[in-house]
Amino acid sequence: MALAAVALAALTLAAPAADTPDPVADAKAFRNFFVTKFPKVKLEDFVNGPYSMNEGMRRQWEEKEQFPPYEFSLDTGKEMFSRPFKNGKSYADCFPNQGIGVRQNYPYFDTNEGKVITLELALNKCREANGESALSYVRDDMAALTAYMAFTSRGKPFDIKIPDDPRALEAYQNGKRYFYTRRGQLNFSCATCHVQNPGERIRAEILAPALGILNAMPIYRSEWGGMGTISRRFTSCNSQIRGVPLEPQAEEYRDLEYYLSYVSNGLPISGPGSRP
Amino acid sequence: MNMTGIILRISTFTLASLLVIANATSVPAASSEADFKAAYAAAEATNKEAGGLRNQWTVTAEALADARKAADKGDFDRAVASAKEAEALAKASIFQATSEKEAWKNLEIR
Ligand code: HEC
Repeated sequence: MALAAVALAALTLAAPAADTPDPVADAKAFRNFFVTKFPKVKLEDFVNGPYSMNEGMRRQWEEKEQFPPYEFSLDTGKEMFSRPFKNGKSYADCFPNQGIGVRQNYPYFDTNEGKVITLELALNKCREANGESALSYVRDDMAALTAYMAFTSRGKPFDIKIPDDPRALEAYQNGKRYFYTRRGQLNFSCATCHVQNPGERIRAEILAPALGILNAMPIYRSEWGGMGTISRRFTSCNSQIRGVPLEPQAEEYRDLEYYLSYVSNGLPISGPGSRP
Repeated sequence: MNMTGIILRISTFTLASLLVIANATSVPAASSEADFKAAYAAAEATNKEAGGLRNQWTVTAEALADARKAADKGDFDRAVASAKEAEALAKASIFQATSEKEAWKNLEIR
């Protein structure tokens, strides 16, 4: 324990002094970091995750996009989205613009509830408000619905707002802290993989850059043999490093999504995506 | 880069693993069911504390499960060793959560 105490002291000394969060400056620095690190990647291409990092993979992907593996999910999502609930209402009644072309505005900070509302959470709130049971955040139906909503929003730049409310800024800051905090027995943060090592291989996979990392969600992955939501991706990234994942849509994950989406403002929605 | 490459750059959890090994090898032979129960309760309490910090490790749960399995078979030496390992892992996860309260800022893009 004495050794551990020494290590703790060293870590504490190295930490810079706390200051007030400045999301605008953060987003600028964030984008700048990736653009400088990968001068050959076009800004809008970062949304293609691992494919933006590697020429060979990119060709594979372009071929795959001719018969996209998420097509089935997209059809299911469209069908689910249009089918009325038992009370006669539908998802369209819960969203601005009937839910078409609005993906880029999620998550948002709800000043009435004082919390971050992600698209997945909004969909379940809509179901529950209309007497339907909530869907699993990590399974196919939620992926299908969000796939359809992303599809109708393709090309629209992320437009995440931080309202003038100290709780919104706090949520943003909590999300940022979660992103950079090391966890799990492997002692990795999200940033260890997606900031320090994008483009590098980890086992058979090429790590996606954190800039634009949510724009293509949800994604089809061959390894999953199906679609995955943002919730599924967050929890599986935590398990990989031997950390026990939080419950899907836990406050930490919603704040994390808020932060990651905000720093990708301006980059186009490209979901649903497909991955090797 | 590979996993080992990243892991080697990390000092804190090399320490944590040392603690685990030290604990695991210091178990005396011929443990009783009571020894197991005490070791298990301590490990569980520590892991619960890690849960309060939202920072449990999967390997802690695995070591706890291993301890229960060994105890079911009446192998209390192994059960106590696994419970102690779980406790050390849970302690390391608490240490991690505590030090990261400030240390996360070192990784931030500015
Ligand atoms: C051990 C390294 C590692 C860590 C730590 C990690 N991830 Fe991942 N992540 C991966 C791998 C591997 C993939 C799959 C390949 C890829 O797309 O990057 C992935 C994929 C993703 C994707 C999908 C990207 C895409 O375009 O397909 C998202 C989103 C993501 N991670 C978010 C996170 C978040 C948020 C955290 C922190 C909670 C995190 N990851 C921590 C390894 C990691």
